[in-house]
Amino acid sequence: MIAYASRYYDKLLSATLEHLEIVVITLLISLALAAVLTVACSYSKTLSRFLLNLFSMIYSIPSLALLALLIPVTGLGRKTAIVALVIYNQYLLLRNFLAGLDGVDRGVVEAATGMGMTHMQLLWKVQVPLAKGALIAGLRIALVSTVGIATIAASINAGGLGSILFDGLRTMNVAKILWGSLLSAVLAILIDRLLLLVERRGSKRHSL
Amino acid sequence: MNTAIEFRDVTKTFKGANYSAVDHVSLTVNEGEFVTILGSSGCGKTTLLKMINRLYEPDSGSIILFGEDIATVDVVKVRRRIGYVIQQIGLFPHYTVGENIATVPKLLGWDKAKIALRVDELLDLVGLEPKEFRDRYPAQLSGGQQQRIGLARALAIDPKIMLMDEPFGAIDSITREKLQDELLTLHREMGKTILFVTHDIEEAFKLGDRVIIMNEGKILQFDTPEAIIRQPADPFVQSLVDSAKVKEAFWREYL
Repeated sequence: MIAYASRYYDKLLSATLEHLEIVVITLLISLALAAVLTVACSYSKTLSRFLLNLFSMIYSIPSLALLALLIPVTGLGRKTAIVALVIYNQYLLLRNFLAGLDGVDRGVVEAATGMGMTHMQLLWKVQVPLAKGALIAGLRIALVSTVGIATIAASINAGGLGSILFDGLRTMNVAKILWGSLLSAVLAILIDRLLLLVERRGSKRHSL
Repeated sequence: MNTAIEFRDVTKTFKGANYSAVDHVSLTVNEGEFVTILGSSGCGKTTLLKMINRLYEPDSGSIILFGEDIATVDVVKVRRRIGYVIQQIGLFPHYTVGENIATVPKLLGWDKAKIALRVDELLDLVGLEPKEFRDRYPAQLSGGQQQRIGLARALAIDPKIMLMDEPFGAIDSITREKLQDELLTLHREMGKTILFVTHDIEEAFKLGDRVIIMNEGKILQFDTPEAIIRQPADPFVQSLVDSAKVKEAFWREYL
């Protein structure tokens, strides 16, 4: 296994970077979309219920099946993988974001409304900062799930660590299988830890 | 005397309820008056109050503040003209005391120097040393201190009308007495129109120039404390006054 890594370290490295790239692009698009949807949902309970039901339905589709369903629309490759990952993330992000905003102390929200904050002021000055912990928690779940599901996207030629894993499966090369899964697990854990740090720093300030 | 608040045949029924929270209420509050609204839970007193800053909208009737029908004014503008203090206080935990008080002035775009001056002035007014309290966070304050900040925040832009929804309901009785006395002094000095909701009869009679007694969405009596005690308008009011007398008698036994 070590021998494989020392011979093909450049291949492992480039696969890891490719993987990371998919994750980062997915994350940015997911966040932007989830932010817009969250704001829209804060105006309408009906919309919020509808979207949550829709995304939870899609979330229950196995990833291989969803990727296959998307191939006729967006073709093979990275684009399709990112589209699928973004859709999956919407369920995780939207659900956690809305629950976080909803969990902000009712008295604080009432006071803010009563003193004449507009809906957007209430959202950005009060609800979002107070729900920061829940928002970052949602982000962590989405990121870890993205790192995991992105390996499966290699099945439609999206590249990344999944390609090493699937190569290994095809050729029964244990070193490849192990490196593929090990690296994606390490990546997930590292990203998760990083966000945990951010979360802790954010929540420390007002807790006393 | 100027009329500050006028209700004209206002009714509000919540969805799914088979009675009205506020039932054809008409009333007039004069400028500078301190009016308390007394009633048991579910009598509609909070609903009545929250229609004034349009947290609830009436189903019918109109509410007029200083001659202006509030339904015709932008809701955010209505609220910024009114000070609002609630039992849960609702200080922003991520803002310092100073930032909390400065919330509305900041929304209105006051300049920094003016805001800083106003914050210190208000802290003095509610009896908290500015230097000591300005930069603390709400979690570092006692309940009584928090409600003082709540009051200062509501007074920030010197609104003519203050709405107070059981502001001292969750505060221990010694601190409550003190806050009541201070509120009375503030009212005398500033001449604001105050509407104050409470379910505590002693509090209602002690603070109010006039007292509104509500039950099942209707106003049973709206008069000075003396007039209510001398001539209760109806059996419910009579029973309220009696209950206070029973309590009084209980204490007398031990004195």
